[in-house]
Amino acid sequence: MATAKRKNIGDWVFFNLTRFFALLTLLMLGGIIASLVYGAWPAIRHFGTAFLWTLDWNPPMDKFGALIPIYGTLVTSLIALAIAVPVSFGIALFLTELSPTWLRRPLGIAIELLAGIPSIVYGMWGLLVFVPLFANAQPFLSGTLGHLPLIGTLFSGPPLGIGLLTAGIILAIMIIPFIASVMRDVFEVTPPMLKESAYGVGATTWEVVWNVVLPYTKVGVIGGIMLGLGRALGETMAVTFVIGNTSSINSASLFEPGNSITSVLANEFSEASQGLYTASLIELGLILFLITLAVLVSSKLLLLRLSRQEGRGT
Amino acid sequence: MNLGLSLRSRRRWTNRLALTMSMLAMSFGLVWLIWILFDVFQLGMSGISIKLFTEMTPPPGSSGGLLNAIAGSLLLVGMATLLGTPIGIMAGIYLAEYGQFTWLGRATRFINDILLSAPSIVIGLFVYAVYVSRMGKFSGFSGVIALALLVIPVVVSTTENMLKLVPNSLREAVFALGAPKWVVIGKVTLRASVAGVVTGVLLAVARISGETAPLLFTALSNQFWSLNLNEPIANLPVTIFKFAMSPFKDWQDIAWAGVFLITLGVLSLNILARIFFRQKHGS
Repeated sequence: MATAKRKNIGDWVFFNLTRFFALLTLLMLGGIIASLVYGAWPAIRHFGTAFLWTLDWNPPMDKFGALIPIYGTLVTSLIALAIAVPVSFGIALFLTELSPTWLRRPLGIAIELLAGIPSIVYGMWGLLVFVPLFANAQPFLSGTLGHLPLIGTLFSGPPLGIGLLTAGIILAIMIIPFIASVMRDVFEVTPPMLKESAYGVGATTWEVVWNVVLPYTKVGVIGGIMLGLGRALGETMAVTFVIGNTSSINSASLFEPGNSITSVLANEFSEASQGLYTASLIELGLILFLITLAVLVSSKLLLLRLSRQEGRGT
Repeated sequence: MNLGLSLRSRRRWTNRLALTMSMLAMSFGLVWLIWILFDVFQLGMSGISIKLFTEMTPPPGSSGGLLNAIAGSLLLVGMATLLGTPIGIMAGIYLAEYGQFTWLGRATRFINDILLSAPSIVIGLFVYAVYVSRMGKFSGFSGVIALALLVIPVVVSTTENMLKLVPNSLREAVFALGAPKWVVIGKVTLRASVAGVVTGVLLAVARISGETAPLLFTALSNQFWSLNLNEPIANLPVTIFKFAMSPFKDWQDIAWAGVFLITLGVLSLNILARIFFRQKHGS
């Protein structure tokens, strides 16, 4: 009887201990939002919603607006997606359909190692190796793409090497592994029977991937892209090194140096004076967190939908 | 007939084109990996000397090493792992063994997956808002908290996934002997999945070793030797950031050496984790 009771107490303690820590993890998200709102409160009260579309970022005058950092964050992330999505698709296609079996594992690991390299390494390499090379390539870009109508202005301006485009390219390299490994994993859940039926009626590899695999895994592929976008939005060091860190935008050109939310935070936070300056920086962090949260939640929901679909055994 | 032939060859050419593009994409990814690693190893190796491990970070214009930064990084990462791992394992146990179908389990699993990809810079801001601004100063301990918060989601998700791999028959066998649930978990299921859990911890350590952004708001940096967690503490990533962005050649050389050390450490941890996992679980 005594032992039975001890068992129960042990169970009770252990159960509640684990439940407590699970709850703690759960509360972390709410805690982050609440503390950021609290820290940003002076700025939220002072600037109101105008904070979101004010251009000025002028610490000595205590004038703060988030438009330029938000612009920088969105533009660099979109450039990164424009490069990373097709490349990741190609890599996933290669790994699931083309590669000889013995090569699949090592190549998959190589791509995953690319994800393991810390972002400060990308940043420093980007600044000291890639930027000087890219500064030489920029006149070529403005000489060719720069003459096209409409998108021409995007590739004009002085070739500084640093800037929004450079940050976008470095970000693309960083998020390729994330998108590619999700795509590879979802491509692999396509039932072989579907693919074999398509091959059986004479479809080429490309037709099978484009007309069978991709429609079947559409939701998961979009989820993977959103995951990459979430990573790109919040990436700090790689962007801070190469974006140029200027709080002004003079033209629509992607060669322009700029600032992203993360680079402003990384550069200015430790030197910011207390009060409105720090509060404005924390509000930037809050905006970033809310954007990435929305992106990551939708990514997760899409991926969950795919796994339910798989569970139904279509 | 003619039409059929052209359709056939068009399909064949589209296919060839697509497959060539796919191969190019694969090589594109590999080229960056090799290029970056090559540069890091080449430029970093030349900066490696005994001074790097025996001298402190120098003021600009003089030579020195990274001893205080290396020691500080080891301390921060070690403490954060010690703090974050038990919490992560406990929460992971709840998700796999108790709360698989409860609302708390589902919600925590969902939130944990979000936290796994949440920007680390925001975690740093969070610790700044709740701890640093209260204490009124940057400190090593706040850096430990920030890094521990990054460890937790990684450990939670690997622990949960590994525990779920343990066959139910094993649990039932131990229950049949009359063991209470916590003994079943502690002595059997957790032990059966220890390789996976260790893999998760190694990956978490690899992840936080290179983290810079959260430390900018918490541990900051320190030019001198200090292991006092109540003061700002030197660490590799922030030192590299400061030195690499500077115009001084000798600071940049030290930064390359630091980047080399971090890359080597992180990649070895990643590979070690894989080997460890494969040995215990087969391929």
